[in-house]
Amino acid sequence: MSAILERLRPLFYPRGIIVTGVSTHPGKFGSVAYHNLIANGYAGELFPINRDGATCFGRPTYKAIADVPSRRADLAFICTPNTVNEEILRACAAIGVRAAFVASAGYGEAADGKDMEQRLVALGRDLGIVIAGPNGQGLVSTPARMCAQIVAPYPPPGPISVASQSGNIASSFMNYGCLAGIGMSKAISCGNSAQLEIADYLEYFGEDPDTEVSLAYLEGIADGRRFLDVARAHALRKPLVLVRGGVTGAGKRAASSHTGALASDDRIFAGVCRQAGIVRVETVEEAYDTAAAFATQPLPRGPRTLLFTVAGGWGVLSSDACVEAGLDLIPLPDDLRRAIDGMVPARWSRSNPIDLAGGETRDTIPEVLELAAAHPDVDAVVYLGIGIQAAQAQMFRGGPFWPDHGLERIGTFHESQDRRYARAAAEASRRHDKPILVASELVYTDRAYGNAGPLGVAESGRTTFPSGQRAIRTLARMVRYTRWRARRA
Amino acid sequence: MTYTLSEHESKELLRAGGITIPPEDVVASADEAAHAAALLGGAVALKLCGRGIAHKTERNLVRLGLTTADDVRRAAAALLAARRPEDGNAGLLVCPMVHGRRELIAGLVRDPTFGPCVMLGLGGIFAEVAGDVAFAVAPLRDGDAEALIEDLAFGKMLGPFRGEPAVDRDALARLLETLGRLGGERPDIRAIDVNPLIVAGSTPTVVDALVEIEGAPA
Repeated sequence: MSAILERLRPLFYPRGIIVTGVSTHPGKFGSVAYHNLIANGYAGELFPINRDGATCFGRPTYKAIADVPSRRADLAFICTPNTVNEEILRACAAIGVRAAFVASAGYGEAADGKDMEQRLVALGRDLGIVIAGPNGQGLVSTPARMCAQIVAPYPPPGPISVASQSGNIASSFMNYGCLAGIGMSKAISCGNSAQLEIADYLEYFGEDPDTEVSLAYLEGIADGRRFLDVARAHALRKPLVLVRGGVTGAGKRAASSHTGALASDDRIFAGVCRQAGIVRVETVEEAYDTAAAFATQPLPRGPRTLLFTVAGGWGVLSSDACVEAGLDLIPLPDDLRRAIDGMVPARWSRSNPIDLAGGETRDTIPEVLELAAAHPDVDAVVYLGIGIQAAQAQMFRGGPFWPDHGLERIGTFHESQDRRYARAAAEASRRHDKPILVASELVYTDRAYGNAGPLGVAESGRTTFPSGQRAIRTLARMVRYTRWRARRA
Repeated sequence: MTYTLSEHESKELLRAGGITIPPEDVVASADEAAHAAALLGGAVALKLCGRGIAHKTERNLVRLGLTTADDVRRAAAALLAARRPEDGNAGLLVCPMVHGRRELIAGLVRDPTFGPCVMLGLGGIFAEVAGDVAFAVAPLRDGDAEALIEDLAFGKMLGPFRGEPAVDRDALARLLETLGRLGGERPDIRAIDVNPLIVAGSTPTVVDALVEIEGAPA
């Protein structure tokens, strides 16, 4: 096992966890972390510590760390006041603990806490305990079913791993994971990065076999050269998607008070991303879009893009987006045009975007998706407008005539068709090893009842992009990353 | 503290690093300037050259396109007369004229987080407005320089442009790599500023350069 996998194993795959600061008051951070570990089914043993040995959540606690059986806990999740944590760390070391996540505040982020933070790091080094945090909200590792956090959420298991210099942004990424269903393997909030820092987590994710793509939120970097080397090694193996805060003067001031980070000129950081193959994205939602696409779609071999739409306006907006994003909106290949000519009435667009103008019959859309994905001149397909018929079916259901007058028959047909289109897109994509991104705002707007189109996409293990533009910008990032990697392979 | 090498010293440093720069001469008098110009042949540029002379254009210390010995002498006398006490024993730099429509800037800066970084940008009179510069952390490795060049928003200008051939991208990439290498080899170099880097035909050519050195002047 590589050095970094070995070093951080007790953090992400602990056999048991000590939680300090567990209280009879359910609002205390220690209690919340203990609750979240239990509630999400942590797979190992839990050792809650309460000064008085009180019963918490109806369960017994340990009065002192020394009472915990030796060599059963690898990780300590520390929520106690900073004044007692050095003593706690020593006691943890005595029973074989090898990693600590320090959630407690009042360290480097506080005017009078810097010395204490240095002592904590030095002590950890002397005791052989790796230290995450302090002043962080926690970490998640779904293979270990571990939600060691003082806040929600706990994302579904998945191939994305998160390292964030803001706990809040880590939660935001995970919330998107909960919403879209493409989940996380690991997620960690760096806190003050007193010892372990974002480059360590990214180095770990780069080698972690459970991580297929990493998602990072960054404000500042202690060691720029190491960050560049780690990020580049990561990107040569798997994508690293990154959002950076503190880009403008105002953002820099906010970042320096948040993480104490000194932010480089953003143009230099843009160069770092270009060199390291980092997929840099401006917003949290687009970062998630991009990570989810990398996690579920084949990499595009090139920029040649075909748009397939059942919604005219979205075809137009998406064409603009293709050009702006630097994708190649290819002329519709002649053989593809002839094939579709034989399938639908002549009013269809006969160009890229392919717009069937309502001429499709039962099998047309799966057939066109298959033909498009199979075509040697096409690197990627964006399919727009899934779920429109299913939305009408929902209106039939809620109207005064359901299920009579043939509404039930047509409604259920529409729903099964939209589900089928989602499946066809995923199958054609897998069969031809090309990305097919599906976009429709109905993934959000029809969420309350669950539109069959986006539901079908989720059932196929993929995600529906809420707009054509978001799908296309995501695809363009995939194209750039693939080109970067190909040139350096 | 830092000090700035003269233009000639700066170019010598770049030459020693392996960057090809058109031959030039530093002289002390108007007659010597005329002689040097004759040896170079063709039109020359004359500049006052000394440590700490950074804003030659603003101070009007550059004379371009001098073709006759008399022109050179007159320009030389004017430049020598424009010397200020703080310019020390500044000499006269005689350089061949370099022609090209496309002007770039290139350089090296030290970032507090990432260390030495190579810079490439659009030069000329609109450079500041366009703000088209891109950076790469040194040393530049496989493909880094090429990707840096591609990253310029005005990269199209580097193709065939208004009757001039495409820029020799390999030569430009090697120049950028050399700047990065100098940043690694010479920790005392605080900054390098090549401005302008004129594309003569297809060749990016160093026309002016200033190197800022950490420490006290030797």
